[in-house]
Amino acid sequence: MQTLQGIAVSPGVAIGEALVVDNEGFRIPQRFVARDAVQSEIRRLTEAIAGADKEIAANRDTVNKQLGKHYGAIFGAHLKMLHDARLRREIEGMIRQKHYSPEYAVSRTMRRYAKVFQSLDNAFMKERSQDIFDIEKRLLKHLLRDRREGVGQLTSPVVLLAHNLTPSETANLNRRYALGFVTEAGGPGSHTAIVAEAMRLPAVVATGPFLTDVSGGDLVIIDGNLGRVILQPDEETVAKYRYEAEEHRGVEARLKSLANKPAVTSDGVRVQLCGNIEFPYEVEQCQAGGADGIGLYRTEFLYLNAKKEPTEATHYAAYKKVVLAMEGKPVCIRTLDLGADKLSDDAPASDEKNPVLGLRSIRLTLRNVPLFRTQLRAILRASDLGKVQILFPLITTLRELRQVKMLLSDVMEDLEESNIKFDRKIKIGIMAEVPATALMLERFLDEVDFVSIGTNDLIQYTLAVDRSNKDVAPMYTASEPAVLRLIRSSIQASDKVSKPVNICGQMSGNILYTMLLLGFGLRHFSVPPASLLEIKKVISSVHIKQCQRIARRVMTMEHAQDIRNYLKEELRKQVPELVP
Amino acid sequence: MAASESTKVTRSVEVKNPQGLHLRPGEVFSRKANEFESNIEIISGERRVDGKSLLDIATLGASQGTQLEIEARGPDAELAVEELAKILETKSVDELTREP
Repeated sequence: MQTLQGIAVSPGVAIGEALVVDNEGFRIPQRFVARDAVQSEIRRLTEAIAGADKEIAANRDTVNKQLGKHYGAIFGAHLKMLHDARLRREIEGMIRQKHYSPEYAVSRTMRRYAKVFQSLDNAFMKERSQDIFDIEKRLLKHLLRDRREGVGQLTSPVVLLAHNLTPSETANLNRRYALGFVTEAGGPGSHTAIVAEAMRLPAVVATGPFLTDVSGGDLVIIDGNLGRVILQPDEETVAKYRYEAEEHRGVEARLKSLANKPAVTSDGVRVQLCGNIEFPYEVEQCQAGGADGIGLYRTEFLYLNAKKEPTEATHYAAYKKVVLAMEGKPVCIRTLDLGADKLSDDAPASDEKNPVLGLRSIRLTLRNVPLFRTQLRAILRASDLGKVQILFPLITTLRELRQVKMLLSDVMEDLEESNIKFDRKIKIGIMAEVPATALMLERFLDEVDFVSIGTNDLIQYTLAVDRSNKDVAPMYTASEPAVLRLIRSSIQASDKVSKPVNICGQMSGNILYTMLLLGFGLRHFSVPPASLLEIKKVISSVHIKQCQRIARRVMTMEHAQDIRNYLKEELRKQVPELVP
Repeated sequence: MAASESTKVTRSVEVKNPQGLHLRPGEVFSRKANEFESNIEIISGERRVDGKSLLDIATLGASQGTQLEIEARGPDAELAVEELAKILETKSVDELTREP
């Protein structure tokens, strides 16, 4: 048994067999094979070589025909390497003597050769390592063919262990078979982490290197609540986690009865409880939790999954689906909130030392007006189908807000000229996630219809803490008094002018803070769909007077940890069934 | 094995191809080497590789002008070294790649 500590990015517990994914997204399955399987494994190797042979020969013939023999010869050389007797002896030797799986043996051998090539002085020969990787990939593809390819095509329940997963790899995981994942790299603010939460996959990131310590098929526990990964757990640990999982399912089942009831405190105050979504299909989960609307519709997936910039039609189709499904309930669409580096694979990465302080989000869209217009047009068109709101992220200055609004009016005029219908009175809001904006919120409120507090960034910018840096990550917490003051003053400023304010960050989905936020005066929550019922349970179990008392008490406290302990105690008193 | 141990032939040759002993001449070499019964190795300084393995030959990364030693052990060692040396000493592979 070995325990790793990473950063918890998506709650829940997963227990299952490991699937190890290497850097290129290929899965190196089991490292070892049974002694009596050696013959059949060697047969598999032979078949894979034959399959790769056919493929390469076909490539050679096509290239010969289209480009001439000189180029086709490259594949001729690949064929020769593929059939190299020495190579074959080496791979077979590993399978026979060390009982390595063919996949692992192929990978080991080919990578050794590639390494030798890379170490050569001769630039031409150095590049031959690419040929070796190419052959390796082909062989692996053929070896894995009858089982699964890539991480998108899982066929049995597994926990994924990878160096890193891209957001699109994560988004394409089959939710039936992917139980959860762990990555050596990555950070909590990463899009992969957000996608994991959206998909309700327990996930832990930034564990540091461990893939060499684990083989495919090993039992692994992912504790997405505590950011813990347990390799080869002992029976006692497995039993403990299974018991907790059972408990949790029990609570969930009991909460189901709340699904169709509105979120109302015990003293009769109605609270608007919406869901945060990333993908259109999450609407279902929101409805299952009885959401009052979509409080945050992230649109990054449209850009991340696409090879090229999404068209207006792509945007519109995605928005239409959600707006129609919500049947007149509000849908708040947030414009692109990504860093320049993530927008396109081939965008030249500018030398950003501090990407989170750099060209991202609204700053990026204001620099790429055609891209921004496309999205604005689609959002406006969708506003004719239901109750759409538009939310601008990372607004820092009034000047930025005015620029954005000017651009929006301009797009509206275009639509009017072309007689395209849209909601002329569409509600416009900004994220309050930069301390500068929270501090100036009174002024911003004159020019917007609503405010959404993005606690994830607000915490990061207020405390100057990078969550993905393990050394300082523990300082990242919503319960730091400075953060709470900014949140409280933002809520109060909005209340004063009777404009709706909601919180859509991870904080609002955490039951620990529900009473405190109600006490601050918050009446609009937007939470991950998985948290809807829990939050509703807390809301319906408390009354506002109580919450205000808690809020007053918290504001006298000085330490984040004291505040958390106090909140946990209060929650235990009011809603004991939700506190383990 | 006794017979093959008895016949060992070595010859020192210089790589003449302008691109060095890259994949195509390496391929021609290993194909030819496989026609012989003898065990064939190429020695470059400290390193010794299997002359019948294209992959192994390629790992030498021998550029034009490199001195290599061809070593053959076996019944047809003499002929093998003779023929293989010709390949290394030829300037252009195209002269050699007249496949049947």
